[in-house]
Amino acid sequence: MSNQLLLAAAGDVGGDFFRQRSSDTLPCQSRPDEVFCFDWARDNIDRFGTPTVQHLEMVVLSLVLGLAIAFALALLAHRVRWLQTPLLAATGVLYTIPSIAFFFLLLPITGLGRDTAIVVLAAYTLQIIYRNTMVGLANVPESAREAARGMGFTDRQILWRVELPLAIPEIVAGLRIAALSTVAIATLAVFIGAGGLGTQIYGSGNLTFPTSILIAAAIVMSMALALDAVLLTVQRLTTPWRRARAG
Amino acid sequence: MSAFHPPLASFGGAIEFILTPQSSNVTGGEEVGGFSQAMELALKQLEVTALALALALIVALPLGLYLGHRGKGEALLVGLANAGRAVPELALIALVAALIGVGLVTVTPALAILGIPPILTNAFVGVRQVDRATVDAARGMGMSELEIIRKVELPLAVPTVMGGIRGAAIAIVATATIAPLAGVETLGDFIINASIYGEDGRLAGAILVALIALALEGLLALLQRRLTSDGLKLKTV
Repeated sequence: MSNQLLLAAAGDVGGDFFRQRSSDTLPCQSRPDEVFCFDWARDNIDRFGTPTVQHLEMVVLSLVLGLAIAFALALLAHRVRWLQTPLLAATGVLYTIPSIAFFFLLLPITGLGRDTAIVVLAAYTLQIIYRNTMVGLANVPESAREAARGMGFTDRQILWRVELPLAIPEIVAGLRIAALSTVAIATLAVFIGAGGLGTQIYGSGNLTFPTSILIAAAIVMSMALALDAVLLTVQRLTTPWRRARAG
Repeated sequence: MSAFHPPLASFGGAIEFILTPQSSNVTGGEEVGGFSQAMELALKQLEVTALALALALIVALPLGLYLGHRGKGEALLVGLANAGRAVPELALIALVAALIGVGLVTVTPALAILGIPPILTNAFVGVRQVDRATVDAARGMGMSELEIIRKVELPLAVPTVMGGIRGAAIAIVATATIAPLAGVETLGDFIINASIYGEDGRLAGAILVALIALALEGLLALLQRRLTSDGLKLKTV
């Protein structure tokens, strides 16, 4: 009966987990000091499925949103030169505000849940993607621009057919850095009720249960590395001339 | 949860929470919040941030400068930087609390871990970027290797090195916010223990954490300007 009361106190987030942990059949109950409980891990690995999918969705949506906004800002600053520094400063402010504080600053406006998390995570990526896009555009050799102009390209054509393709390596490099940190920071989204792998760390009972934390951390880091590998492949595929030069 | 809050009203409540103690329905009549508690938690957050940043600097700065000077270990540093970015802060703090113990002594090194990769890689890159001709000239003038690092490479690498320190500071102060999970009561206490401090307290915590992070970043940006030699400023402008 007391189980029921505790369950009520635990709320709905980790209730299911709590039921498992407090049952008499808990595998590692006899060895509570064990750092990693393999029996539990084997029996419970499926509970990480949904949070992993939620986590990945959150990260991908944030990166897409962040890339879209940062890219638009960079194109704007490329045209309107005097905006470069103010935009860098503004994205810097967004980058500096700790995500967990940012979640709750937005809470009165956007409420609990995934939308708030995605907005914050996207805001966090803006500076790095914006800055790298600007660097990429600035590094385009003047000779390439002049050649394009000589071929009769308009400014718009030069931007989309010459400057941006040549800037892809830097843009993707920025995206890779953003992806790595976003995967890690998305664990904090549990505080704003957005789910993800953070629930397996901070869900009720989990905080004192290293096995669950370790598995969640391992999934987060693998996801980061996998995403990094995907982006690296994208970079290679979109810049075939680099390989040609190397080969 | 209340159904609907006009945004501005909640911010008003949060500011009131920072300025004057409020009654709470879980502490048994004891008042929470107010200026003195906010200051106490803010100081604790600054303290643990400063300690962790200092520890990260002691470990990473000399190593990064040395490796940069020798030009060795680049692949290792790139890997370390990437792995460092992918470390989930929440898991790090939770594991330290669950496996090693709670308190300032365990949380400080955990936070320092987050600061080491950016300081290390930026020190390395900063020194590597120094023109080799300048270094050769210094060597020709009879400077020792240590003097070259200290008097030539480090001054020229200040902007990049400081960039790494700022990145480390941002990561550490942000993660210090969840340090209450490991028994160090920072401003994050207002956020994490919303059942005690209420929604006003939680928003108040968020406002204060954001302000502290921005202030720290501003301070370090100022320091960077002071430390950068005038000659370098001319070049970057």
